[in-house]
Amino acid sequence: MRKGPGTVTAMRGITEMEIGLAHYLTVGAILLVLGVFGIFLNRKNVIVILMSIELILLSVNLNFVAFSSWLNDLNGQVFAMFVLTVAAAEAAIGLAIVVIYFRNRGSIEVEDISTLKG
Amino acid sequence: MTWILALPELVLAISGLIILAAGVIPKRDTFFPVSMACVGALLLTAVLVLGQSEGTALGGHYVADAFSSFMKLLAVSAAAVGILLSLDYNEKEGLARFEFPVLMLLATLGMMVMISANDLLSLYLGLELLSLPLYVIAAFNRDSGRSAEAGLKYFVLGALASGLLLYGSSLVYGFAGTTNFDRLGEAFGDPAGVSPGVIVGIVFIITGLAFKVSAVPFHMWTPDVYEGAPTPVTAFFASAPKVAAIALLVRVLVGPFGDLVGQWSQVIELVSLGSMILGAFAAIGQRNLKRLMAYSSIGHVGYALMGLAVGSDIGLRGLLVYMAIYVFMNLGTFAVLVAMRRQGRAVEGVDDLAGLGRTDPVTAMWMAVFMFSMAGIPPLAGFFGKLYVFLAAVQSGFWVLAVVGVLTSVVSAYYYLRIVKVMYFDAPVGGLDRAPASLSMVMAGTGLFTLLFALWPAPMLAAAQTAAAALLG
Repeated sequence: MRKGPGTVTAMRGITEMEIGLAHYLTVGAILLVLGVFGIFLNRKNVIVILMSIELILLSVNLNFVAFSSWLNDLNGQVFAMFVLTVAAAEAAIGLAIVVIYFRNRGSIEVEDISTLKG
Repeated sequence: MTWILALPELVLAISGLIILAAGVIPKRDTFFPVSMACVGALLLTAVLVLGQSEGTALGGHYVADAFSSFMKLLAVSAAAVGILLSLDYNEKEGLARFEFPVLMLLATLGMMVMISANDLLSLYLGLELLSLPLYVIAAFNRDSGRSAEAGLKYFVLGALASGLLLYGSSLVYGFAGTTNFDRLGEAFGDPAGVSPGVIVGIVFIITGLAFKVSAVPFHMWTPDVYEGAPTPVTAFFASAPKVAAIALLVRVLVGPFGDLVGQWSQVIELVSLGSMILGAFAAIGQRNLKRLMAYSSIGHVGYALMGLAVGSDIGLRGLLVYMAIYVFMNLGTFAVLVAMRRQGRAVEGVDDLAGLGRTDPVTAMWMAVFMFSMAGIPPLAGFFGKLYVFLAAVQSGFWVLAVVGVLTSVVSAYYYLRIVKVMYFDAPVGGLDRAPASLSMVMAGTGLFTLLFALWPAPMLAAAQTAAAALLG
């Protein structure tokens, strides 16, 4: 559907509220908490844990980029690039470990990962 | 041309890549030559570290000073001994793949970057360069479910710790406006004007690093990972990475956040108290030696952190001496653990040591030396490590730390001395195999250091003093 000029004005009216640093930080904090809870409250599957780790790293990236734009300083964005790169390497290693774990045990249920304890 | 300052790291990185390439090309098994090449590269790096001048390089991301030299020498020598420990074990367990020493070498490179970090970015990159190879070598025994489980647990909790550390870094960056340690230090010159966001960031950073040094309350991965990983890997985990992580913790807290000591000193004090108490009590019931050593290492980190909580130059000197002594006696203990085999099969129970005093008196003697030293009995090295941190705590009025430290040493003496008792007074349950030459060498070297430290402590004390002074500036 083609938007007429009227629709645009109406949308501007809705998005009057400015998205500031505080909003980005709030989203970042929510993502971090979701990630941490995803690791500790998760009783199902190791893949969900890997996703939670990615969620934590993304919340950090969001923080860095938001701060970088707020401070008018490029360092934060450079940092975010490095975090993305390392996150990719980390995910590769994590998946490789999950694969050898599955080969040995035939399961990746979180509750089964409890042979070592005491 | 400031990059020339980072020559030790560059040499180690390039030699790591060359060794990796050289290991792939030949058709035959290259585990032993590659291991020797890695030890050689580490020795070369140590020599370069000794000749390094001081200053900052690479746009302020890298710093070389007396503190970094002290910690790097310690980490590099611990890594070299770690490779020696793996030689015989990996051959016998079918883990003799050439990637193993190369991964240890790359992890050592990560430690050196961490120790020389002068920016939150280089701190993170060093930490990850250390952690990623460690995840892999924890799970190196691919056909063992226990090793895979150790790797998985270490990976999940390590990644969580990195995430928390990064979140803290992002907050510090946002609220202080820079990631460089020198400029952060300037920004926090007036502690009253520091935003709460920075304090929250520091707490996250301490949390992330406490995971890496396995201090209470972030220690829960340690016993599982230490037990499941192959024994030489456990020996490596308990020595070199711990030195690097402690060095990083000290550098971050005393350097950029030094003026905020009022904010973090209590946190470190609580972490130290918790680690000492847990290390003393949780190890009492352990029957598995690797698990016991895991709890013991948690306790030792608690004693070392006592020096950081005190924060004075005497406290830091104590911490440095403690880490140096701990690393060597720990490697010695693990040399005995790696050598423990009965009819070719690796054993790791406390009871498997029964009667070792009669069947293999030399190994038993070294083990007894290490155990007495860990318990802090004079005149062995471990006593002096404890003496210097307790002295610093008493002089600065941290009585609670000192008293708890002495009491937990007494409690932990129980499980160390029980091992000695099992070796000398219990009936033998079938002798252990003869220790291979490489392990006997490591035992003798670290054992002599532990025995004779008391005769000649001055050089190490002086080096630690210079290192602490460089840090406090």
